[in-house]
Amino acid sequence: MNSTALSALEIARRVRAGELSASQVLEEHLAQITAVDGISGQLDPPALTPLEEQKVHAFIQVTADLARLQAEQVEAKLTHGEDPGPLAGVPVSIKDIFCVQGTTTTAGSRILYNFRPPYTATTVARLEQAGALILGKTNLDEFTYGSSSESSAFQPHPNNPWNTQHVTGGSSGGSAAAVAAHETPLSLGTDTGGSIRQPSAFCGVVGLKPTYGRTSRYGLIAFGSSLDCPGPLARTVSDAALMLQVLAGNDPKDSTSAIQPVPDYLAALAEGVRGLRIGISPDYDHIAYPDTKTGEMGIQAIQPEMNQAVREVAQVLASLGAEIVENVPMPNARHGIPTYFVISRVEAASNLHRFDGVKYGYRTQKPVQDLTELYRVTRAEGFGLQPKLRILMGMYVSAAAHSAHYYQKALRVRSLIRADFERAFDPSGPYRLDALLTPTTPTTAFRRKEVLGDSVLMQYSDQMTVGANHAGIPAISIPAGLDKQGLPIGVQFFGNDFREDLILRVAYAYEQATLQADWRQVIPQALRTAEVK
Amino acid sequence: MLPEKITREMFDKLVSLAALELDEEESEYLRTELNHQLAAVKELSEIPIDEDIAPSLHGIDCQGNPPRPDEWQPFPDPDAILALAPETRGRYFVVPEIAQLSQEGK
Repeated sequence: MNSTALSALEIARRVRAGELSASQVLEEHLAQITAVDGISGQLDPPALTPLEEQKVHAFIQVTADLARLQAEQVEAKLTHGEDPGPLAGVPVSIKDIFCVQGTTTTAGSRILYNFRPPYTATTVARLEQAGALILGKTNLDEFTYGSSSESSAFQPHPNNPWNTQHVTGGSSGGSAAAVAAHETPLSLGTDTGGSIRQPSAFCGVVGLKPTYGRTSRYGLIAFGSSLDCPGPLARTVSDAALMLQVLAGNDPKDSTSAIQPVPDYLAALAEGVRGLRIGISPDYDHIAYPDTKTGEMGIQAIQPEMNQAVREVAQVLASLGAEIVENVPMPNARHGIPTYFVISRVEAASNLHRFDGVKYGYRTQKPVQDLTELYRVTRAEGFGLQPKLRILMGMYVSAAAHSAHYYQKALRVRSLIRADFERAFDPSGPYRLDALLTPTTPTTAFRRKEVLGDSVLMQYSDQMTVGANHAGIPAISIPAGLDKQGLPIGVQFFGNDFREDLILRVAYAYEQATLQADWRQVIPQALRTAEVK
Repeated sequence: MLPEKITREMFDKLVSLAALELDEEESEYLRTELNHQLAAVKELSEIPIDEDIAPSLHGIDCQGNPPRPDEWQPFPDPDAILALAPETRGRYFVVPEIAQLSQEGK
């Protein structure tokens, strides 16, 4: 069997045992990229042929030379009797929002098209030290600002491997697509409002947003500094646990990095769910959606298959001995997106002020009179529409005249959102949950161009996920079936602070109990096409 | 119908403060989307909230790193940082002239 079909755990096991060489693993994954990915995202792409339209386009940059060097290092260690680490020979792709020395790090934006950082993000350095092979940088919404990955300045944007006419979700869309299309078994993403979990759900893979502070933000190009969380995307729950094990831990270079010890995530996986309390909330079976003309909030049903998947997952867990706790109230869940519209935009606007064409990145080629004009023209040419929109929104709602009304209020509503979760997980409270089970998204992957440009509708794609970012808690999305169109359905487990071990355990129990399910035997369109060739 | 919160005039001021320049098409799109987003956040103001609910700057209590000793930790390769700049002279970043206020306070 080609190594592209193997899990990261199995690749590392075979490489460490000398049964498989890191170079062979690498070349087989590079061949898979050649077969399914098509041209990489670029600033001035050629017109796409019909064949290219069907490709995945997960990558902005494939770093084959860097990965070959790393494969040689893994092999040299083995030759010398040293252990190359828990990710020995495992190819990993990196969302192009992490600084990696030796690569261009674009954030999917023209303003960083030529930025080659002189240092490497802590999370990426940990993957490298664990023996991983860095295969390349994956495409994303510009500066991570979106939920479809279509807004990248580097086109073509990624397509959903299950149906390339549909989006991957976002903003870690290239990462989710690369994992789903067997281009890498693991990818490093970021989650600010759902950017790991929503594309994972859309592409039928596992995505975990850790507790805020569990993984280092050093070397991550910031979006919402109080919300950003690096985390793993993988095809199996145990691979996500393996990758989290490598990523997690204190980093002196990130002031909000947690000092709590890191448990053994893999060891806890197989402990089962007997006696665990899994909650379901009526506040997560619909969304509250505003009429943008009147501002009136209305209740909208979500795709019925999402609620059905939640019930089926609950049944499986109940059959394994978990206790299902119904009717857990999460009354502030509906405020998640309005609150996010304010907090994330204020933080984004603040973080985007540094891009000005002076010290790195794009600078306008037009003649300018003075420094102010240099800033304006550079930023006008360098930023796409979504960063401009977020800067303007963030400045408006944090302006002195409006701050009390918007920003200060949003920070207090954030406390209410957090309090819902605290009540649900409180060990002496009425619900005493170990995990809260919800759909990951209101719908399965939407069609390309269907939502692009409607910034409100696009943001509501994150309504089910964003609560974890406000509250700082961990959450995992796992595949739970296919809808009538054959597109993946994701369900999500929220957990209490630093209880990644528990939500991984619940997710693993469901995954292992459904390995033989019919829907798990269906493979993505992109892989079927590659096999025919 | 909600009144437009952000008028053309306010919008142009914001654009200037944000150190941006926009063409007509971009301005129309962005101003429309801004007003839609403000409509979407309207419900925040209607949420009753007790006086004793404090704002959360982070979701969890950040038990992060304590302040570190004030020790100089030089970056190992400052030339690599300078090499990223669009224009340098010697070891300085070069920018166009910084606008001066005239005598008339223009």
